Amino acid sequence: MIFFVRTAPFLILLLACLGAAEDIQRFPPPDFESGYVMPATTTPQPRAGWLNYLDLAVLFTALSLASYLVIYKRNRPGIFALTIFSLLYFGFYREGCVCSIGAIQNVAYSLFHANSAIPFVVIAFFLLPLIFALYSGRVFCAGVCPLGAIQDVVLIKPIRIPRWLLQSLGLIPYLYLGLAVLFAAQGSSFIICEYDPFVSFFRLSGRLNIIIVGFSLLAIGVFVGRPYCLFLCPYGAILRLLSRLSLWQVTVSPDECRQCQLCEEACPFGAIYPPTPEETQPIRKNRKQLAMMLVLLPILVALGSWSFSLLAPTFSRTHPAVRLAEDISLEDSTHSETYSDASQAFRDLGQSKEVLFNQARNLRNRFSWGAWILGGFFGFAVAFKLIGLSLPQQRMDYEIDNADCVACGRCFSYCPVELKRRREKKSSRSAPKDQTIQEQ
Amino acid sequence: MNKNAKEVSRRSLLAEGIRSFSLLCVGGFAGGMMGRSQSQRYCWQIDPHKCVMCGICATHCVLEESAVKCVQAYAMCGYCKLCTGFFDPSPQALNTGAENQLCPTGAIVRTFIEDPYYEYKIDENLCTGCGKCVKWCKAFGNGSFYLQVRHDRCLNCNECSIAIACPSEAFQRVPYDEPYLLKGTTSKG
Repeated sequence: MIFFVRTAPFLILLLACLGAAEDIQRFPPPDFESGYVMPATTTPQPRAGWLNYLDLAVLFTALSLASYLVIYKRNRPGIFALTIFSLLYFGFYREGCVCSIGAIQNVAYSLFHANSAIPFVVIAFFLLPLIFALYSGRVFCAGVCPLGAIQDVVLIKPIRIPRWLLQSLGLIPYLYLGLAVLFAAQGSSFIICEYDPFVSFFRLSGRLNIIIVGFSLLAIGVFVGRPYCLFLCPYGAILRLLSRLSLWQVTVSPDECRQCQLCEEACPFGAIYPPTPEETQPIRKNRKQLAMMLVLLPILVALGSWSFSLLAPTFSRTHPAVRLAEDISLEDSTHSETYSDASQAFRDLGQSKEVLFNQARNLRNRFSWGAWILGGFFGFAVAFKLIGLSLPQQRMDYEIDNADCVACGRCFSYCPVELKRRREKKSSRSAPKDQTIQEQ
Repeated sequence: MNKNAKEVSRRSLLAEGIRSFSLLCVGGFAGGMMGRSQSQRYCWQIDPHKCVMCGICATHCVLEESAVKCVQAYAMCGYCKLCTGFFDPSPQALNTGAENQLCPTGAIVRTFIEDPYYEYKIDENLCTGCGKCVKWCKAFGNGSFYLQVRHDRCLNCNECSIAIACPSEAFQRVPYDEPYLLKGTTSKG
């Protein structure tokens, strides 16, 4: 018996070699006498198409509601409720996919791959929050983004971060954005999705190292306001730029500021700046600094380009084709007996090595261009930050910086002027009774 | 005061201009992208005739547990007592002992039907999509085990990370309405 078992595969192999052909049934299915019914192969269908449009409708409604709550109602509990809803819907129900942050890569990929098919919903997820940012600031961050939401929920005891640290770590998102666009455009990987720290919580499964990163970010997030949003989020980097232009700016209170400093203390993101002291710095000194930064701009761009071009070979290895080509040429040159899995599969298929090596060469070329551009972009981002810091600022009151503000609405209830305004509004409302009913 | 007001208005005018310009850019960009977006919807699937069972499906999916699973084409299965997809190449005995099984997670359920036939069913919760059983079933049996993207799990990424890594170009886009390339029903081979 054992002998038969041991040799059977080889006998079968012999038989197979005799009559080898694809899909020929070597062992025809039997005629069952026991009345056994053959099951059919199950084919679970993909998510129904109209549900994607439901996602889109929810996104649009949530963005509109967030704008209404932040700009018009100035209602923190409302914003928080919306945050929880988004966490449940876009986070736990949709498992963090489709998301606006990741959509950057889909858009970049399809821009550089003419024959790729990008779904309409993904484009809309990428663009809608940007359009809203042009009107009402970062309301997407405030109440719609599930990654922001999960961090907002754990933010219990915010401490104040030194401004220099906020400013310098705030440069990382630009680098992350650049890298994500580079890798997506070359088709090597979607790093924003791969290293998304919170998506494993939404899906209740994930790689151990990512889960550890996620937990540590949440642990830091108890004290530091939204560490992912502030120091990593690449979509936030785009939203920052656009929200500077927003039509309706978030204000602590529409009434006159009493300069009590309470709001500045209350903001966990360091987005509220104190009034500038009058004429402490001579204008001339400021101008000199600005001129120096402008001279520094091309130097930083060149430095960035050069230093990143050194990394181009490393970047190119993120692409499987480049890796495979390197594996194969290494194996060939060392006459290796054992092959890597991908190389084995490639050899089994008998595909042309020349084509692969050509493809790898092209990719390396494209990566070296990409690394130059990425380095230049990052140098530009650094220089832009420095120029922004040396521009003369004039603030009469405590003011919200629209780029830094994630529109969470925490400051509203800290402002005594705002509280007074609310009281007055309430009392003026409660006077005519039927109007109150209408309002509610 | 007057001067200040003027400056503010100049500033807001500039902001208005930049905003309109960016809106125009975003709009133009949207228009351009919409041209790219396709009305025909696609999803990813493996052509079982091109698959080389390299095992990349198990490791390269963006999901921790791959959306690719092994499926059984019952109409093609020989219901063998000695299933080369189920048993280790040199099993100790022809029973369901773990030491005799080829599947690293024990995801294949072997049920007795009638002498000498057994049914082999995939427990999808355990299957990792490594393709070991597929390889051996194809080598010595009918090839009724094969890998498919399961669409209750697949996120249908714009660019599938398994497709990028797939050495045999077995990953391809198929119409959304017919998301499976089933063996035994289509006569491709």
